[in-house]
Amino acid sequence: MTATEDTLLTSADLAAGGARGDDPDARGKFGVFGGRFVPEALIPALDEVAAEYEKARNDPAFISEFDGLLRTYAGRPTTLTEVPRFAEHAGGARIVLKREDLTHTGAHKINNVLGQALLTKRLGKTRVVAETGAGQHGVATATAAALMGLECVIYMGAVDCERQALNVARMKLLGATVVPVTNGSQTLKDAINEAFRDWVTNVDRTHYLFGTVAGPHPFPEIVRDFARIIGVEARRQIQELTGGLPDAVAAAVGGGSNAIGIFHAFIEDEGVQLHGYEAGGRGADTEEHALTLTTGSIGVLHGSRTYVLQDDEGQTIESHSISAGLDYPGVGPEHAWLKDSGRATYHGVTDDEAMEAFALLARTEGIIPALESSHALAGALRLGRELGPEATILVNLSGRGDKDMGTAMKYFNL
Amino acid sequence: MTTLQAVFEKARAEDRAALVGYLPAGFPTKDGAIAAATAMVEAGCDVIEIGLPYSDPLMDGPTIQDAVHRSLTNGTRIADVLRTVEGVARTGAATLVMTYWNPVDRYGAERFARDLASAGGAGTITPDLTPEEAGAWIEASEAAGIDTVFLVAPSSTDDRIAKVAACCTGFVYAASLMGVTGARESVSAAAEGLVKRTRSHTELPVCVGLGVGTGAQAAEVAAYADGVIVGSAFIRRLLDAPDEASGLAALRELARELAGGVRR
Ligand SMILES: Cc1ncc(COP(=O)(O)O)c(C=O)c1O
Repeated sequence: MTATEDTLLTSADLAAGGARGDDPDARGKFGVFGGRFVPEALIPALDEVAAEYEKARNDPAFISEFDGLLRTYAGRPTTLTEVPRFAEHAGGARIVLKREDLTHTGAHKINNVLGQALLTKRLGKTRVVAETGAGQHGVATATAAALMGLECVIYMGAVDCERQALNVARMKLLGATVVPVTNGSQTLKDAINEAFRDWVTNVDRTHYLFGTVAGPHPFPEIVRDFARIIGVEARRQIQELTGGLPDAVAAAVGGGSNAIGIFHAFIEDEGVQLHGYEAGGRGADTEEHALTLTTGSIGVLHGSRTYVLQDDEGQTIESHSISAGLDYPGVGPEHAWLKDSGRATYHGVTDDEAMEAFALLARTEGIIPALESSHALAGALRLGRELGPEATILVNLSGRGDKDMGTAMKYFNL
Repeated sequence: MTTLQAVFEKARAEDRAALVGYLPAGFPTKDGAIAAATAMVEAGCDVIEIGLPYSDPLMDGPTIQDAVHRSLTNGTRIADVLRTVEGVARTGAATLVMTYWNPVDRYGAERFARDLASAGGAGTITPDLTPEEAGAWIEASEAAGIDTVFLVAPSSTDDRIAKVAACCTGFVYAASLMGVTGARESVSAAAEGLVKRTRSHTELPVCVGLGVGTGAQAAEVAAYADGVIVGSAFIRRLLDAPDEASGLAALRELARELAGGVRR
């Protein structure tokens, strides 16, 4: 199957992962990163998911069903938008946005969710659980569950429930049960712990619809492959728009799914720089940030060996970000591997820088981005000044900012 | 003969199962944990698992989460865990450390194995370490002369059970149910079948944990397993006690009840 006017994915986009040579090894490792550090009770479930995904990615019927949902339900392909008035603040470099904010539910999360919901049905399971930080993955999961008639339980840190109240209401309206998690830091990491506890208890009828490219194998691989469409489309589109490849691709990094999604199609393009932007919170010199790749150390969190914010004895350090979706002390293992191999570079963007970029895009281009994506926008402003006016920068605008208006009202006194 | 081997040999000679009690280091306080574990031994526990408190206890239910959180708030460090092991091992009970992998990984596998052995520890139970990732830990433990206990679960295929059991020394930990730690109304029916399946792959003793909290449940499990593991029920006694003295009294009472159970 090849991509035509009516199809987005080619079978190569999913099925030939192994052939691209970028799949993790048999133990789920990207170099030394990844793997599985989970209770033995979950190993059979992870094996089952991996085996079913292997079948699905090689099944033209699965690919065409996924492709159909991406087109007619998620609203793909998403467009590129060039933002010249915004780019004036980046020294005049060309800045082009990949508009994942225009997908149904308003963030890139829908891509992975539709793929995994289809996988859930193939697994013969009737219930999904998921964690959510910003609520975007929770909303996307609740959406797919409603669409496919699956029971849906979303775990969300109590702190996040408060800062993303609108998304809690959306999930409830979509028929999901939202469980506020009150232990630990009451944010994304604790929601993940709780979702794992639910999964191990109800695994016979439940799939854990994991929301990012972290966690135990095979989640980093599956979520990447379902998010990969972002870069596959963008690579084609930017060549149509500019006649060539971009000089750099910029994306925000929480767990890493939108970043890997747009990076992946460019990995072999050696001339294209890949830049990931983590949440710098109140600054790298404070204790309130989520700079996992840029200041963390190698450890194990949520079933995967990767970079982690941890103290000298391996206790996870609570992260901070104004953006709930980046407020995570771990990161996907493939990013750890891309960092150590030097293929991608990771930087921090503070809360204030992100808020400035958030407001700037709204004023100059009439687009209100998600706070998560605003970190990538702030990164692009910096990159533009570094690379000069001849450069073209492709930015993954991973989501829209409606959910963040409460935070914006407080921050800007609106 | 290792400390653990001696425990199971003695239990077998007395025609009973061994009683294994769990308590996190640093809970209710750093010294309080040593006093509590000592009381548990005096009242009939053969083996003590000292939990190494970790910020993200993925396999634990609310009771252990609560205790671990308090322990971390008390500032418990690995040095305190080792000191607790030392204090408890002095009672003569086989003393293990139950730990998620990351703290050991960070501390250094060889260093942890060595320091645990010097503290008199008999070995470790590692609930989120599976055979695929356990190579370095098994090597370090062998070198330090401590046991490595891993878990099998009701969902484990026979293949997995064989693989896990081959990595174990001391005993095999059979998780009685699909779920997290915590006392339950009844012991899962899956436990007995799992113990049987495990026995067909190993000569090692098989101990059952998760969901056991009363003398009657201990007796039920002791009928088919070599050891009965109890954690949350002990912690619950301490959490519910108005002061330390009554907490210790409640622990003793439960340990005696369970010790009676494994002898029925
Ligand atoms: C719009 C948006 N972008 C980015 C993220 C961060 O996640 P990831 O790094 O997996 O893309 C989130 C997470 O909730 C999000 O909602």
